[in-house]
Amino acid sequence: MSIPIEFYLILSAFMFSVGIIGVLTRRNAIVVFMCVELMLNSANLTLITFSSYLGDTVGQLFVFFVMAVAAAEAAVGLAIIIAIYRNKLTINIDEINILKW
Amino acid sequence: MSLELILFIVFGTICATTAVMVITRINPVISALFLVVNFASLAGLYLILNAQFIAIAQIIVYAGAIMVFFLFVIMLLNPESEKKFFKHKPYVKIFTVVIVALVFIQIIYMIFLAQPSGEITREVSKSVNAGTVEQIGKELFTNYVLPFEAVGYLLLAATIGALVLAKKKFE
Repeated sequence: MSIPIEFYLILSAFMFSVGIIGVLTRRNAIVVFMCVELMLNSANLTLITFSSYLGDTVGQLFVFFVMAVAAAEAAVGLAIIIAIYRNKLTINIDEINILKW
Repeated sequence: MSLELILFIVFGTICATTAVMVITRINPVISALFLVVNFASLAGLYLILNAQFIAIAQIIVYAGAIMVFFLFVIMLLNPESEKKFFKHKPYVKIFTVVIVALVFIQIIYMIFLAQPSGEITREVSKSVNAGTVEQIGKELFTNYVLPFEAVGYLLLAATIGALVLAKKKFE
């Protein structure tokens, strides 16, 4: 435990910001999804860091649950993307605007 | 320099550069492969933090299962070419920069100026003990058994939902 805790937290903050940039600027739905996974992982890194530095197991349990939810989310989300591609023949999120009024 | 710091610098650099690579590559397959490297280096960071079980789960669940799933979907849909960041409309760029700056400054402010609610001990023995499979399993099957079961149902529902959504025709 010779590293200050701030190092891990800054790395996590950086990854989270990169994920936000990706979500806001990329137009391919799959890449947007991958950027969401990046943000989930940066949150996981913060949870593990605090769990390790405080000597508390609960943070790692939450990472376990986050992983399970991320797997479920990826399965349903990618199925939705496949369904959209069948109907619209595109996964560019600028062209998918059927919910816009 | 201690070994811990050297390992942190190596894994942290890989982690940061591959994260940037994921959002800058135009081809989604290359983005996905960089994301696999990012997840693997995160597993290395978890090992430095004495979280053995989560590190292995990270490799198996994220770098293995979820990313294979992503690559399969990219393979099924044909990848389209996409504009680079600098060719976007100006309001998209300004909006992105403002949002990211706000979030980043907020997090940095929290890291350096907020008061921690607990005592940060930095005791290696406590940290190692917290990350073992034994400790996590004990906690998971006693205090957190209800969320654990709920997650099981969530995964079942997600599997059925994915099957229904990706089916050819609704009948």
